[in-house]
Amino acid sequence: MIQASSYAGVVDDAFIFILGTSIVLLIGVTLTMLFFAFRYSRARNPVAAQIEGNMVLETIWTVIPTGLVLMMFWYGWTGFRIMRDVPEGAMEIEAIGRMWSWAFRYPDGHTSDELVVPLHQPVRLTLTSEDVIHSFYVPAFRIKEDVMPVARPENRNHLWFQAEKTGEFNVLCAEYCGERHSKMLSKVRVLPQEEYDNWLAAAAVTQVDILKLKGCTACHSLDGSRIVGPSFRGIFGSTETVVSGGTEHQVVVDAEYVRKSLAEPLADVVKGYPPAMPPQQLTDDEIAAVIARLQELR
Amino acid sequence: MLAVDTPGSVRPSPSFLQDAGGRSGIGAWIFSTDHKRIGLMYAAAMFTFFIVGMCLGLTMRLELMFPGEQFISAAAYNRIFTLHGVIMVFLFIVPGIPAVLGNFMLPLQLGAEDVSFPRLNLASWWIYMIGAAMALASLVVAGGVPDTGWTFYAPYSVRTDSSVSLAVMAAFVLGFSSILTGLNFITTIHRMRAKGMTFFRMPLFCWGLYATAWIQVIATPVVGITLVLLMLERTLGIGFFDPGKGGDPILYQHLFWIYSHPVVYVMILPAMGIISEILPAFARRTIFGYKAIAMSSMAIAAVGYLVWGHHMFTAGMSDTARWVFSLLTFLVAIPTGIKVFNWLATLYKGSIELSVPMLYAFAFIFLFSIGGLTGMVNGALSTDIHVHDTAYVVGHFHYTMFGGAGIGFFAGLHYWFPKITGRMYNDRRAKIALGLIFVGFNLLYFSMLIMGILGMPRRYADYLPEFQPFHMASTIGALILVPGLLLMLWNLLHSARTGAPAGPNPWRATTLEWQTASPPPLLNFEVAPEVTTGPYDFTHDPLLQENPA
Repeated sequence: MIQASSYAGVVDDAFIFILGTSIVLLIGVTLTMLFFAFRYSRARNPVAAQIEGNMVLETIWTVIPTGLVLMMFWYGWTGFRIMRDVPEGAMEIEAIGRMWSWAFRYPDGHTSDELVVPLHQPVRLTLTSEDVIHSFYVPAFRIKEDVMPVARPENRNHLWFQAEKTGEFNVLCAEYCGERHSKMLSKVRVLPQEEYDNWLAAAAVTQVDILKLKGCTACHSLDGSRIVGPSFRGIFGSTETVVSGGTEHQVVVDAEYVRKSLAEPLADVVKGYPPAMPPQQLTDDEIAAVIARLQELR
Repeated sequence: MLAVDTPGSVRPSPSFLQDAGGRSGIGAWIFSTDHKRIGLMYAAAMFTFFIVGMCLGLTMRLELMFPGEQFISAAAYNRIFTLHGVIMVFLFIVPGIPAVLGNFMLPLQLGAEDVSFPRLNLASWWIYMIGAAMALASLVVAGGVPDTGWTFYAPYSVRTDSSVSLAVMAAFVLGFSSILTGLNFITTIHRMRAKGMTFFRMPLFCWGLYATAWIQVIATPVVGITLVLLMLERTLGIGFFDPGKGGDPILYQHLFWIYSHPVVYVMILPAMGIISEILPAFARRTIFGYKAIAMSSMAIAAVGYLVWGHHMFTAGMSDTARWVFSLLTFLVAIPTGIKVFNWLATLYKGSIELSVPMLYAFAFIFLFSIGGLTGMVNGALSTDIHVHDTAYVVGHFHYTMFGGAGIGFFAGLHYWFPKITGRMYNDRRAKIALGLIFVGFNLLYFSMLIMGILGMPRRYADYLPEFQPFHMASTIGALILVPGLLLMLWNLLHSARTGAPAGPNPWRATTLEWQTASPPPLLNFEVAPEVTTGPYDFTHDPLLQENPA
């Protein structure tokens, strides 16, 4: 399996030690059991010996496993300390998890739906959840930490890594978070420093689709297909039947409806769709951008 | 430890199946306070739920054969894995061995007429059935089946509109059944042992039940309180776990696992007790290290309270809390290892017959060893971070709880089948079933271990195409396992009516339950037994006297 972070090798060494020891023990236990079943079968050994116990053996198989598990603990702990010890001067990026997409906010304020980082550069990710618990997992880096909703920003979880291989690696959500948990995927793209600088300069001026950036497209398709909520294709200006507190009525999907649905998504839910959307905190500019995009998709 | 006359020499009483204590019809069962009938009623209910849970598991495996959506939506998949977990955990494996085999065998093994509080025992069964009915009602009420996973993690469980409240209420009610059964067993073990049966002359199954009962009594109230807090949060909007109101989702996880980790020992300790019964009976020798095995059950129960934090290694606990919990977790491995080594030593210089219960015991030792050893990866911090919440954990959990507790349960069912029914199961069918179960099981769950290490998260309705070969292998395993399980259950049901009469002690085993008729009479023993030796005293092995070597 690819080792794409600075500490992936340390983690894998612990895997090899623990799994290796375990396999030796498993084979030992199994072969002993099968050998005894063969050697002391009723046919070969009709009269059993009545042996009640042996203090020396009990001591041996208490002390040796104790030593082994303490070594496993030590391997796990020393590797873990490296994973928690954020180097000085690590680059700060905020990872935002929400049902059901990821966003990454860079120090210069711009946001991306995939994580792009420079090679050989320590990166500290602050983990922010906008709704339920998610978990940021990059198997190639051997890192995972839950993205918890917290009362105060200083209580947010964090993790760090230093990418050692260029390429694209999967970002997965590892804590069950609802219907599209298994679709809450992104990529971490590792670029050489120079390419990264170019990307950053371009990203700062490129307009990313606001619907993608805010995670809308995790549930609302742009092509008319059904995901969780109604598709954005052709919805603006249409007349929809909505359910409001159990009663149905008709609304025209206009700027007013969009604004209300972002703030209170469950107030008027389009009929036939689950009341699943969390309230969105968008600035007035962002709301205007969303409305503009919806108009384009008529 | 034989102390009663041979069964033929006393006037035979009717068996508990014929003698309903004056009741008739269905009332002879559902109002019976006979521990044996209550055990069988639990068995009927639990294996019905087991088959439902098994079908749900198979549905998931079929859906996951290929990436993308095959025949169930992601929303349905999430409800199915929740229901599979709730049924298998709360309705099957937690009550599991204690409710069925514990109820049936504990008074018999102790030489008692019944448990200490027979009516409380019947009440426990009723509470269990009410809880089960509530869990099933969540299928049909508004909102539908919960989609939270069996762990009901806040804040997702607070915001979902599925019928979490009812399912949580069901788990709360089921908890009382567990507490009362535990209380009953503790009292029974302290107060009802036969004359001469000291604590260290008790069969090891009783020791397993004793350690289990303390966990049930002490730990279950914690989950009860937790679930009440969750219901208050859902209905009244109190923010125990809602960070928006100053609460903390981590608090829910701590409270939940303070119960739910010890409860895995509720599942496994009685199974270990069963293995400790079967090995001496079919190796014709005393158990090796009786006290070490008995005390390791108590040690596992005690240390098991202090390790719950390993379920939260990625949840953002302090780094100190993480290493402390890691260290404590590894300590549980030591008494577990002691048990396995003593079992192996019990085979040494035995006279081993590979009967069906013995083969199940061997399967248990192999599968449970994999379960325990794969847990080492979860106990160590750096490796757990990688496999936490992946299919690896699902595989590890099933190796311990199904390969361990489940296979131990099946071992016990076969071992005590002649005692319970008075008949013998069909040996050939039982062996074919075990073969299918063993092969299917390993294919199903070993595939999960591998894909988890490769980075396949758990609770995924869909997955990246690179994991497909492992999912396919896993599903094929399920397709082998399920017929094996059905054949095993059918064989037991069928043999209960058609099997050859077994006689009081077909295994020539030494513990007290074998010193009475099969099936036992209503009050268990014709003459109150008296005990003069340890439980596995084969110095005058009756088998050798019948067939001298």
